[in-house]
Amino acid sequence: MAVMNLISTINHTLDQELERDQRVVVFGEDVGLEGGVFRATVGLQKKYGEKRVFDTPLAESAIVGTAVGMAINGLRPVAEIQFSGFMYPAYNQIVSHVARMRNRTRGRLNLPMVIRMPHGGGIKALEHHSESLDTLLGHIPGLKVVTPSTPYDAKGLLLSAIRDEDPVIFLEPSKIYRAFKQEVPEEDYTIPLGKAKILQQGTDVTVVSWGAYVHEVLKAGQLLAEEGISLEIIDLRTISPIDRETIIESVQKTGRFVVVHEAAKSFGPGAELMALVNEGAFLYLEAPPTRIAGFDVTIPIPRGEHHYFMDAKRIAHGIRRVANY
Amino acid sequence: MLAQQYGPLQGKMLQIMDENGVILQTDLVPDRQDEAWLESYMTMLKTRSADNKALQLQRQGRMLTYAPNTGQEAAQVGSAAAMAEGDWLVPAFRELGAWLTRGVDLERVYLYWYGNELGSKFADGVRVLPISVPIGSQFQHAVGIAMASNIKGEDDVTVAYIGDGGTSIGDFSEALNFAGVFNAPVVFIIQNNQYAISVSRQKQTKAETLVQKAVAAGIPGILVDGNDLMAMYAATKEAIDRARDGGGPTLIEAYTYRLGAHTTSDDPTKYREDEEVEKWRAKDPVKRMKAYLIAKGIWSEEEDVRLIEQYDEEALEIFRKVEATGETELEDIFKYHFAEMPEHLQEQYDEYVQYLKEVE
Repeated sequence: MAVMNLISTINHTLDQELERDQRVVVFGEDVGLEGGVFRATVGLQKKYGEKRVFDTPLAESAIVGTAVGMAINGLRPVAEIQFSGFMYPAYNQIVSHVARMRNRTRGRLNLPMVIRMPHGGGIKALEHHSESLDTLLGHIPGLKVVTPSTPYDAKGLLLSAIRDEDPVIFLEPSKIYRAFKQEVPEEDYTIPLGKAKILQQGTDVTVVSWGAYVHEVLKAGQLLAEEGISLEIIDLRTISPIDRETIIESVQKTGRFVVVHEAAKSFGPGAELMALVNEGAFLYLEAPPTRIAGFDVTIPIPRGEHHYFMDAKRIAHGIRRVANY
Repeated sequence: MLAQQYGPLQGKMLQIMDENGVILQTDLVPDRQDEAWLESYMTMLKTRSADNKALQLQRQGRMLTYAPNTGQEAAQVGSAAAMAEGDWLVPAFRELGAWLTRGVDLERVYLYWYGNELGSKFADGVRVLPISVPIGSQFQHAVGIAMASNIKGEDDVTVAYIGDGGTSIGDFSEALNFAGVFNAPVVFIIQNNQYAISVSRQKQTKAETLVQKAVAAGIPGILVDGNDLMAMYAATKEAIDRARDGGGPTLIEAYTYRLGAHTTSDDPTKYREDEEVEKWRAKDPVKRMKAYLIAKGIWSEEEDVRLIEQYDEEALEIFRKVEATGETELEDIFKYHFAEMPEHLQEQYDEYVQYLKEVE
């Protein structure tokens, strides 16, 4: 077992899957020679050659659109969009074709493909490098949207995504690419898509989060534990489809529900989660389901970033109000 | 090489046969049996019959929207006839002649326009993609398919279609550029039928020809009389052979004309003069190929009339079968989004089925 951070786990996982399955190809802007702007694909071109790991011209629509064609013609493309904020030129391909080809052809053409994107903010980057597009992707019928919060999960989820018979959007929280290391098994393992993970059992409030914020929520849980508030913390892991069962069961136990996410509050993923809590656990609720989420503003560039992105203290403050309701 | 002689900057258009079916350039006539030309001609006729029938049925309120091909049969059949067995065809949405040439069942095509997705479920082994409605977006898929052929070391070639309007969209330029960079075995065919719904070709670009767009991508291009079956076959065959031999992509501009409407939803008399339409009607690709085959002594006016009647009847019969399918099965709109239906979708389906039972 090796100790790895998130980015080296992505690299290790792609490496293993390229080795195992000749149909896998990895490509995008700066992915080949340089190994990606975050170094997710470093060394892979050298090992597997320019046919299987390659740089593309700078054109997101064509990166995704050619992946569609490759998937139709028997490959398992893993395309990288350099930052999720650069996804928009490819959005037509994603919504109009990636998500629809199986349905359009009534099952004749399915698209086993993955689109990887560094996602979210808090890395003091320029404009367009810190976006949270959960809703724009999660809202589209025909897409699965996954986001890991640990190196261990990243490997299991990415292998599931690449081996899935349908397209998967794989959002990588760039803030925690190098934040910490964890033991990641060398051997092959998968984590099923669509399954959340209970990170901490608790009795007072169910808190659901995903991606980088999971770690702030865990810290908030420690702060609140000192005050005698016990959180049940769930890492959603798959944004779509949502693991409703795990969340509803938990809320039925705790009677309180908070969702914490980076994306802007209005029409955000939290609204969907609150709706399903209302539908599935209404009579168990002892406080209004609550969102702790991004402001409905354009995500600020570095000098204003700290106002937008929440730390454990601010998250704890929000959860405390629900606990004491 | 035709693509040099009639390249984007030569100011010339490849034409092998004139408007009356007379061969202009004997040395350029592709090496193909008479039977093969006759077969292609028959596919052109079948395309036109299917078109006429669909329009008739649409006026009767039995068919929904339909995009007619009349006038573009040579551009479609001539190019698709040059493909080999394992080659891929990536259509836009007005390529009936190409689809029929490549083995797509007319019943499927009618079913699609009748309003059922099952119409895009072509038979296994038919390497034809479904209609792509977002203009130009299919060009990316074609390049991806061709790149995959290269990566896998297979020698299949992909042929993709777009209209004149499609050349203005970003995906068109991105696709040509990608195809060039990756030397993808793909042949891009612009069916320049002079109009994107109501917007004329002149309003799409200041470029003198559309095929000039090949130059910036660094790939060969050729301007072809799209109403000349032989010229379309020759240009496409050369491009396909080059692609198969590792020579990369080619852009073909098929200079043609849509004699009918964009779809049954528009009225072309609003945006073009009858005089212009009549001028193009004189260049009818079906008419000129018929004249050629009759002059060759392998076809006759009588056989022509009989075959059209036969195709008309067949088309009607096929449509009747399609019409009998009625509405889309409820389950069908749910079950094809993923390999396995996710729980939340299953629940939505079950709830609706329950509702239907209750209100019955």
